[in-house]
Amino acid sequence: MSVEIKNLSHTYSEGSPFEFKALKDVNITIEDGSFIGIIGHTGSGKSTLIQHLNGLLTPTSGSVLVDGKDIFDAKKAELIALRHHIGLVFQYPEHQLFEETVQKDVAFGPKNQGLSEEEIDQRVKQSIKMVGLDFDAIKDKSPFELSGGQMRRVAIAGVLAMEPSVLILDEPTAGLDPRGREEILAQIKSLHNQKKITVILVSHSMEDIGKMVEKILVMNEGEVVFFDTPNRVFTEITTLESIGLAVPEVTYLMRRLKEKYPEIREDIFTVEAAKNEILKVIRG
Amino acid sequence: MTMESNNRMIDVRDVHFAYPHNNENESVVALDGVSLHIKKGEFVGIIGHNGSGKSTLSKLLNAIIFPTQGDVIVSGLNTKNHENLWTIRQTAGMVFQNPDNQLVATIVEEDVAFGPENLGVPPQEIRERVDRALAVVEMQAYAHQKPHQLSGGQKQRIAIAGILAMEPECIIFDEPTAMLDPSGRREVMETIKRLNRDKDMTVIHITHFMEEIIAADRIIVLDKGKVVMEGEPRTIFRQVKRLKEIGLDVPQMTELAYELRSEGLKIADDVLSIEEMVDALCQ
Repeated sequence: MSVEIKNLSHTYSEGSPFEFKALKDVNITIEDGSFIGIIGHTGSGKSTLIQHLNGLLTPTSGSVLVDGKDIFDAKKAELIALRHHIGLVFQYPEHQLFEETVQKDVAFGPKNQGLSEEEIDQRVKQSIKMVGLDFDAIKDKSPFELSGGQMRRVAIAGVLAMEPSVLILDEPTAGLDPRGREEILAQIKSLHNQKKITVILVSHSMEDIGKMVEKILVMNEGEVVFFDTPNRVFTEITTLESIGLAVPEVTYLMRRLKEKYPEIREDIFTVEAAKNEILKVIRG
Repeated sequence: MTMESNNRMIDVRDVHFAYPHNNENESVVALDGVSLHIKKGEFVGIIGHNGSGKSTLSKLLNAIIFPTQGDVIVSGLNTKNHENLWTIRQTAGMVFQNPDNQLVATIVEEDVAFGPENLGVPPQEIRERVDRALAVVEMQAYAHQKPHQLSGGQKQRIAIAGILAMEPECIIFDEPTAMLDPSGRREVMETIKRLNRDKDMTVIHITHFMEEIIAADRIIVLDKGKVVMEGEPRTIFRQVKRLKEIGLDVPQMTELAYELRSEGLKIADDVLSIEEMVDALCQ
């Protein structure tokens, strides 16, 4: 599914002394099947933006078109149907687990979609497998006796079970240990590759963004600063730092190495790419 | 008292801890015979995967929970003696992950005053402590603001000021940067390092971000409720394979050095920072 955001503005508490312009005339098009990263400091408008994409917030002005259809023009029934296609995984989604067993929790979404028992069972099994958990071992456990990383995955499985065409994740790795981080990111990547779904990843980790996405949306004070490939965005170090962001560690390294090796590339943001570039330059 | 014990901030002696039970009525062992010592003024990093026992340990140090077996001694006081509780909690302050869960008042300076007020500190002294604490975290300009208008990094600095106002000897940071953006993370880390360097504060920093502890005096690695490694950052992080085996990471520069070495490049295996990597590659 493609998502087109047109002249989107959102003002909280309009007309009151607490009026706050969270989004100012945002225009971007997210193509079907793409993998987008969103970065911006706290309060830059990231969360406000993603909450418009599945109709949780309505625009003060402007529109959001999903596959060409204006979601805020749609009738209520259509909007509900649309929400099933756009899965939103909130920050700390494990705080929203509530059922007695893992199986019931993951089944909650598809149940509300009015699917048959058989279909629900199959989707629950499949999505638990997709997040890398053992269905038989975990299905009857209480979600609350799992580790933090497992709970996070069960929560993500609950959204996947609705089979969204667009998956939005708000800091899916916050608070996880390095292995938990790696595993969740690898699963998101493979989901994107296998099912060709559109993925929108919000993250404070420049390393994760640099490793995962095709295009980066940079937000600041409710406005779009950049919407471009990592190569282009991560070479704008000065601008990024001025708005409270950073670039991956290896990107800083490459910039420093340029003093000694002028031919070295600066558009490097993974350890793997840095290794290859350094070997190339040093060995000639 | 010997000189050595005078110098001890924290003594953890063969501590076992088990959470009462899960659904099947079995107890869950979180710490399995942990012993460690932390000296006054030390900066100690603690790493371990989720479930390794890090948070259990920090709660034991703060006398929120108590050992099933063994002793936790904070500044000479055993957490087992209940009359020590308030002194211990004042001596070892704690800063948590989520800034929004730690601020209680509607005005920044009132929030910082909350701790000393509860300790029964006289008003004039509270005023002085609050001003001092806000100065240390460089947030004086925000004294009259509302906490909810601050950024994540600023909120964490206010949470730190609130602890400082209780004049602790030691602060335990339990993943204080997990929810912050890059500039917030930088602000908070600079504040923590400054406290340790300039104010001689004993710092115990629990984190999943390895870059944050490359300048620590010592790193303690927990796995399955036991201390499995302990030493200077350089000694710990050069063991890339072992750390990865227990689900942990190394700083990006250490990993890059490791990768370059495995391609046959002659480079030290204990590179920690960008600075050191530049030196190593530009000799």
